[in-house]
Amino acid sequence: MSAEPKPPSAEPVSRDTPRFSIASSPHLLDSSRSTQGMMVDVLIGLAPVLLVSLIVFRSYALLQVGLCVVSCLVFEALCAGMRGRSLPLWDGSAAVTGVILGLSLPWSAPWYIAVIGSAVAIGLAKWVFGGLGYNLFNPAMVGRAFVMLSFAREMGTSAYVRADASIDAVTTATPLAAAKMESVMPDLWPLFVGIHNGSLGETSALACLIGGVYLCIRRTASWEIPAGVILSAAVFAGLASGIGLSPLSWFHHLLSGSLLFGAFFIATDPVSSPLTPKGKWIFGAGVGFFIILIRVFSGYPEGVMFAVLLMNAAVPLINRLTRPVPLGGLPTVKEAVG
Amino acid sequence: MSRWLPSLQSRKTFRHGVHPPENKEFAKDSPIEVMEIPQEVRIPLLQHFGVACEPTVKRGAELEIGDVIGETQDALFSSRVHSSVKGKALKPTVTTLPNGRHVNVIPVACDPEQSLKGRDLFEEIFGGDWPKGGFEDLSPDEIVSAAAEAGLVGLGGAAFPTHVKLKGAPDRPVETLLLNGCECEPFLASDYRLMIEAPAPILTGALLAKRAVGASRVILCLEDNKLGAVPILERAASGTPVEIQTLETKYPQGSEKQLIQAVLGKEVPLRGLPMDVGVLVMNVNTAASLARAVLRNKPLTHRIVTVAGHGIVQPKNLLAPIGASYGDLIEACGGLTADAARVLAGGPMMGFSLPDLDIPITKGTGGVTVLAERDLRAMRETACLRCGRCVDVCPMNLAPTRIALASRAGDYGLAHEWNLTACMECGSCAYVCPARIPLVQLIRMGKVMSKKEAVRKAA
Ligand code: SF4
Ligand code: SF4
Repeated sequence: MSAEPKPPSAEPVSRDTPRFSIASSPHLLDSSRSTQGMMVDVLIGLAPVLLVSLIVFRSYALLQVGLCVVSCLVFEALCAGMRGRSLPLWDGSAAVTGVILGLSLPWSAPWYIAVIGSAVAIGLAKWVFGGLGYNLFNPAMVGRAFVMLSFAREMGTSAYVRADASIDAVTTATPLAAAKMESVMPDLWPLFVGIHNGSLGETSALACLIGGVYLCIRRTASWEIPAGVILSAAVFAGLASGIGLSPLSWFHHLLSGSLLFGAFFIATDPVSSPLTPKGKWIFGAGVGFFIILIRVFSGYPEGVMFAVLLMNAAVPLINRLTRPVPLGGLPTVKEAVG
Repeated sequence: MSRWLPSLQSRKTFRHGVHPPENKEFAKDSPIEVMEIPQEVRIPLLQHFGVACEPTVKRGAELEIGDVIGETQDALFSSRVHSSVKGKALKPTVTTLPNGRHVNVIPVACDPEQSLKGRDLFEEIFGGDWPKGGFEDLSPDEIVSAAAEAGLVGLGGAAFPTHVKLKGAPDRPVETLLLNGCECEPFLASDYRLMIEAPAPILTGALLAKRAVGASRVILCLEDNKLGAVPILERAASGTPVEIQTLETKYPQGSEKQLIQAVLGKEVPLRGLPMDVGVLVMNVNTAASLARAVLRNKPLTHRIVTVAGHGIVQPKNLLAPIGASYGDLIEACGGLTADAARVLAGGPMMGFSLPDLDIPITKGTGGVTVLAERDLRAMRETACLRCGRCVDVCPMNLAPTRIALASRAGDYGLAHEWNLTACMECGSCAYVCPARIPLVQLIRMGKVMSKKEAVRKAA
């Protein structure tokens, strides 16, 4: 079916009707998909999570997420401007980063944390590498890691609790912290629907599932990644609690913390995850493994952020190792040279 | 979703691929119409995969339909060229085919009094009796040389000389003959119309090809968006060993390697040919021409061309003389609409856009697609999102983004590492890419440039 390639210089000079448009095949594009459309899709997928966090944390959630989105957009515009790119780069990716960053912060984090986190996410993690499509690490997670390491007190376990607050959920420790420090077993039902303490977006497993499944059905997110995360986290958590390393059951582990939020919304960032289905499975499984490893063995109660960043760093290697074999097998070495 | 549930899927097809809008309704129901003879045809001396022919007629020669006008003796990979009209040979000139190749052409001024035209021409080519057996006294060699003399090439688009294919290689016997009626390109309907209007010569040709290569099975394959042709073909095939197989409609099913995977579940080796797995694939139109060449001694002079798209006033399937210009064909279909914007030789997935209409059609021209303004939505390119969609659809199982971006960066070594040359330029990847990266264009450029680089290094 293949035909002679058309060397750019060999185009004949048009003789009579120069109005025809000339372009390379294919001449049909699937218009149901665009970069912007995919970002809008992610925002739709995040809507249930946002809704629950508004119910649980009320105006705190609104302020935190709003501040992150606005900051991310402002920094995106600044960076694009400095790079000499046309300003209205409304591909929507900065808004997605803002929402995810906002949802991963504690409700009590002061305003400068949101702003600094956004600056690092957009400026350092994204634009230093060349903007959308070139970053190695998930921008929102880089931003969060930066503020977490720099502002340990404002971001630590105690930041989530305030006994005198007007919101019920935040008068107690987050379920994972409680389990770690005080060996308190969380009830499953509140974990599932989300009426408990935690980062803004991580409280409701149900909301994450609804939004996440939507993204997978739309194929905006690759289903292999959350499947890999959840399966491997369940296996390793089961192992850990089986041999007594973790007080929580595998099911508690899946429902608590930001595991599901991370599996569906953070690890699935296409830019910082592998290309092939096989690579996506490996990536997801790695994230799940590191989440449990960090939860069980480190001083941190939660491990999603570091797990994703670690696996981000492995993506180039995974891509190289999972290079697809062409139909009909690989050429022999001799053929490949010719 | 269907990708996840292969077990629930009974309809056969190949792996990966895409579902572009089929757009068959433009021309699917228009019966084949014999085109009015234009004033002049210009017949290229290279219409096939291989070596160009030398002219065998002098300027001023009086020609009848079917007279040989170009030939080459010493090349195996070549295919004779015949006059498609009654008329007078003019001074040879040069033209540029849609794929960018410069070729010599012999223009023929058509005699207004043609010996065969209209319905008579159709009947002469496809009508009459087509035997369904009794070919035992024809030797395979006779069939092969009849194909060579008739100038047969694959009519599905690749234009590979048919006699070379039928001759095969003694160490790689053909067990299965696949007749390709998939016509997976959107808009095109010429194979479908032939299957409906003239199934008999297809089956006769199939049996002759079976005899020539010694195949034990013959399977006629078509996609399930052409179910209308199935009962007709079944009736025509009754009493013959030809099996009919419908496949799930998907692009690019008509590509040889994909068709073999879909029907037989076999993988043709990357640099190999279908005969490496004991298969020969032949387009249904080629089969019909083979029947005519062997049993009636008639060369390939006309072909069915679908002319369709929003930019065409009256889409049709034309039986056109080879060498007629794209402009002639479009005129025969009522001309271009006011918003016609891009004219393609072939279908929208693999077709070449034409700079002007003064180019002749060749044996391999299966269609003319004219897109209108509204089909050419401007799409802004963004950076690659590494979403992997292109990987998910590539029928050759490549990573198009890697090859294309390496080519763009001029790193041809890396492009080869990701199997640059395995790409058949089907366009599936660029069709789905949400970032609108011109993947096929970049890959094609990479192929050309890496060859140039290799030549430079060797020198
Ligand atoms: S489909 Fe386009 S955006 Fe997605 S990985 Fe391929 S080239 Fe990149
Ligand atoms: S890389 Fe080549 S073979 Fe694969 S989908 Fe793209 S054009 Fe088709």
